[in-house]
Amino acid sequence: MSESNHVVARLERVTKKFGNVTALKDVDLAIPEGRILGLLGPNGAGKTTAVRLLLGMMRPNHGRVTVFGGDPRNAGVRVRVGAMLQVGKVPETLRVREHIQLFSSYYPQPLQYAETLALAGLESVAGRLFGELSGGQKQRVLFALALCGNPDLIVLDEPTVGMDVEARHGLWDRVRDLVSRGKTIILTTHYLEEADALSDRIVVINNGCVIANGAPGEIKSSIGGKLIRCTTALGADDVRRFAGVLQVRENRGKLEIRTSNPDDVVRTLLSRDPGLSGIEITSTSLDEAFLALTRPQTNPAARKEEVYQ
Amino acid sequence: MSSSVYARSQVTAVRSSFRLRPYFNEARFDLLKMLRLPVYSLASIAFPVMFYVLFGVIFGKQGSGSGDAPRYLLASYGAFGVIGASLFGFGVGLAMERGQGWLQVKRASPMPHAAYLVAKLFTCLAFSTVIVLALMLVGVTAGGVHVSLLQATALFLVLVLGSIPFCALGLAISYFVGPNSAPAIVNLLYLPLSFCSGLWLPVNMLPHFLQRIAPALPPYHLGQLALLVLGYGEGTILNHVLGLLSSAAIGLGLAWLGFRRDEQKTYG
Repeated sequence: MSESNHVVARLERVTKKFGNVTALKDVDLAIPEGRILGLLGPNGAGKTTAVRLLLGMMRPNHGRVTVFGGDPRNAGVRVRVGAMLQVGKVPETLRVREHIQLFSSYYPQPLQYAETLALAGLESVAGRLFGELSGGQKQRVLFALALCGNPDLIVLDEPTVGMDVEARHGLWDRVRDLVSRGKTIILTTHYLEEADALSDRIVVINNGCVIANGAPGEIKSSIGGKLIRCTTALGADDVRRFAGVLQVRENRGKLEIRTSNPDDVVRTLLSRDPGLSGIEITSTSLDEAFLALTRPQTNPAARKEEVYQ
Repeated sequence: MSSSVYARSQVTAVRSSFRLRPYFNEARFDLLKMLRLPVYSLASIAFPVMFYVLFGVIFGKQGSGSGDAPRYLLASYGAFGVIGASLFGFGVGLAMERGQGWLQVKRASPMPHAAYLVAKLFTCLAFSTVIVLALMLVGVTAGGVHVSLLQATALFLVLVLGSIPFCALGLAISYFVGPNSAPAIVNLLYLPLSFCSGLWLPVNMLPHFLQRIAPALPPYHLGQLALLVLGYGEGTILNHVLGLLSSAAIGLGLAWLGFRRDEQKTYG
């Protein structure tokens, strides 16, 4: 972070409500220039709301959203931002070329058409109707529409959803290309692997709150760890109070304990319950750990909050 | 890095003045998109022409013998045609693009918001133009209809410009129907309204209670205005123009309510 402290976009103490539902609660977020910020969270966490606020598609109830120092709805700001959103259906009777031409014309200084095609890897299908494309190709067209205007900030909302592994890795490479050209990127995803592979910084968001914010390594160590499975007479609530325990749940008669410090936890378990049996220790997959972290009732940050309230 | 950002923002400030190109492209590609969509392009042009050929030209000529039916129905099927193109183009087209999230993608881009609506209006007017010209061609050739150049021009203008209030009504409908139900709902409004407004049969051939309802229906006013151009019809021009203007106002008002309601809705 040290070599570039310039912040391109910022949410300051932003709260956004929809009726009774609070989609974002007092969220602070700073997007540094020339980096990829990964916004990680499960569905419904508030990622898309954050994205829509940054794109000026809605206004917060409280707090301030600034992009390039201005209101994101400002025309001068909008031409410096490109977005790839989740969309149900794109008009299928326009050709790839026509979609790109149209979106390019919204911007005062778009990329050359050929360059956009190359960056999105669409050269071979430029003349096809959108409706004739494969799923991965369709996603790449949406990607092309986000970058064709040569914006400084590119927002990618779940860009690889529904892609197979190969297509996903292909898109990651294209995103890295953009950063090497000096673009700033915000990427939302619910795959920790994706956030980890691409981001310089990961912000984990759940239930409208930022619950973690750091370099990918920090995030992984805080939500990674080991999984201990065992049969024990101890209750889940007791075990949850042990030092180093991140999460506990009962599963088919066994206790599943996620921990950052398996050695100590096993020692404590054995001292409390000599009858402990069937012990099994595995590494949690990152996605599994992430799911555990953001599952409402077992989320440590949320628990802390309840105590304070 | 920060100095380049600064330089770039100055450039942007200079260039963010009004640009015509997005409007032009939006209109061009919207028209192209709809032309390639047979469910819209074929249906909106072929249906009124087919109806006119069947009921106006074939049945009309044979039935009364006065030769007036093809001429009379040129006006009323013309109204029927442009109303359909507008209600479907605006109502269904917008409801689908909104409901399926495409409009959100556009709104996230720097597209001028007005460009989208201007383009849709342009597309509807283009389709209305084709429909009216096609009906006139069929009427004059197969139907043996006699109209002066002045009458033809006036009829064309009345029908094409008179379709605009139905674009406004279509816009309103688009806010209150889902993308999947839109075609069915628009049909459920369009067909009965056309019938009750005397677009298929002259109003005085309708049952009495319908004759009394007709003046409250927007299509009635466009139909009568078109008929007045050809020397038929009832009421005054002013009366029907006011009828169409209030329809447009109601459409825009409802659309505004729908827009406001939409803004408050939950977005994930």
